[in-house]
Amino acid sequence: MSSEEKRMELTEWSWQGYGRKHGAPGIRNRVLVIYTVKCSEFVARRIVEESGHPDVELVGFDGCTDNQYAVDLLISLIKHPNVGAVLTVGLGCEYIQPQWLADVAVKEGKEASWMSIQQEGGTKPTVTKGTAWVRETLERLKHTPRVRMGFKDLVIGAECGGSDYTSGLAGNVVVGRFFDRLVDLGGCAIFEEIVEAIGLDGLLVGRAADPEAARELRYTYDKALDYCRSVRQYSVSPGNFAGGLSTIEEKSMGAVIKSGSRPIEGVLKVSVPPKHGGLWLLDSTPDPHFMQFGITNPNDNEGLMDLISCGAHIVFLVTGRGNVVGSAVAPCIKITGNHETFSRMEEDMDFDASPILYGGMSQKEMALDLAAYVAGTAGGTPTKSEVLGHKEFYIPYKYQEKEVAYKRACEGSV
Amino acid sequence: MEKEIKAFQIDLGDNVATALAGIKAGQEAGLTGDHGEESIKAATDIPAGHKIALKDIGAGGHIVKYGVVIGRATADIPKGSWVHLHVMQSIYDERSSHLDVRTGAPKDTKYE
Repeated sequence: MSSEEKRMELTEWSWQGYGRKHGAPGIRNRVLVIYTVKCSEFVARRIVEESGHPDVELVGFDGCTDNQYAVDLLISLIKHPNVGAVLTVGLGCEYIQPQWLADVAVKEGKEASWMSIQQEGGTKPTVTKGTAWVRETLERLKHTPRVRMGFKDLVIGAECGGSDYTSGLAGNVVVGRFFDRLVDLGGCAIFEEIVEAIGLDGLLVGRAADPEAARELRYTYDKALDYCRSVRQYSVSPGNFAGGLSTIEEKSMGAVIKSGSRPIEGVLKVSVPPKHGGLWLLDSTPDPHFMQFGITNPNDNEGLMDLISCGAHIVFLVTGRGNVVGSAVAPCIKITGNHETFSRMEEDMDFDASPILYGGMSQKEMALDLAAYVAGTAGGTPTKSEVLGHKEFYIPYKYQEKEVAYKRACEGSV
Repeated sequence: MEKEIKAFQIDLGDNVATALAGIKAGQEAGLTGDHGEESIKAATDIPAGHKIALKDIGAGGHIVKYGVVIGRATADIPKGSWVHLHVMQSIYDERSSHLDVRTGAPKDTKYE
């Protein structure tokens, strides 16, 4: 098939998704088992293991004290279109109450149940009861209505990790090209890592869709620059330098290129879904607060979780040096522009974008190949990390406002 | 003789290209991407993934890649030579030129 034929067909491509009572359809029909404190993690994990089904997944928050950011993140996962049912497992005395979370799921029209280990009588009775509920629920989920979906219905998030010189030349370039197509088709694309946009404020603000978006981008950029200056640490590491990147500005451009070229509709905060389609910047940097909660990007899975919290059906992880992680809730597609990395880790890496470096393929053709991979994944084909059973998640303590916070919370109403 | 493709130029306005494999001093490297010249002769060894100057860049001049400024030259950089921490620095990150040129490891912090 010629690339012209493939491109014409993109609007026509469709697959069967899962209809939800409220909100957008999903591409997976997962059962989330959520622990609400570290003390209930073991029991929740055991329920997932006993269920023995690839659609049953564990997520949770370790902390016992209250953190709005973490609660909002758990709620966003409960509401996520890829989730069909929710079982929350608490110890009984923590701030995040399993019953509240189950109530959220019920209001969303999802199958839901909750348990408190203290009330159920300890490890064994809770595991037995929870496992039985999950098995029954999996049967009921077989009747979830199937609905036709296309690219216009997709939300896709992208981040990079373990970057080398190929990330900014091939991996992120192909994602940017694909994002342009996705946005043109009416879909939604989210990119993040504002701390990896240092030096590019003019370029970002210049791409704002409207004056409000420009204001949000300007504030968010300045916040990230303040953050980096104050800790004397930019998002560039010894491995990046050794690999040939000389400055944060150079790494930034390689990272921001994954956003493609379309206008930026505005800044998303973690756990806040985009208001409409188009391209959005996700700000995962902590907001200024008297307790200074959180580090901006503790690891790759935190970044993926942030994107998923905004409703991403699928997440891209662009890497040069290679990675093996997947994610709970949304399939992760791992892309590399480094052919050696792809060959060395072929069971883990999904997509080899290196042919554009050697003139073998145009960026446009490569982006269409990525579109085909995305459509296959959306239609149910497991990604490499899904095949291997990777279901990582990471939810830290953090402080963040739900809207772009022009005023510091710690400044009060002076 | 057809030259093997060795370096990738992203934007026509760039004054550096990225070596897709190691280039030896004296070697003529073919260019790919959005390139002006067909090739560039290496004046020094260029490690894989590192930058080669496509023209003479004077001290204080901008280093341009992706069509944007990615830093400033801290010394005169002759055409064809290796462009990295030893001859350029970030406009933002004051630590970048204090890092080891080969490993990128910080030299301004002692960890005991």
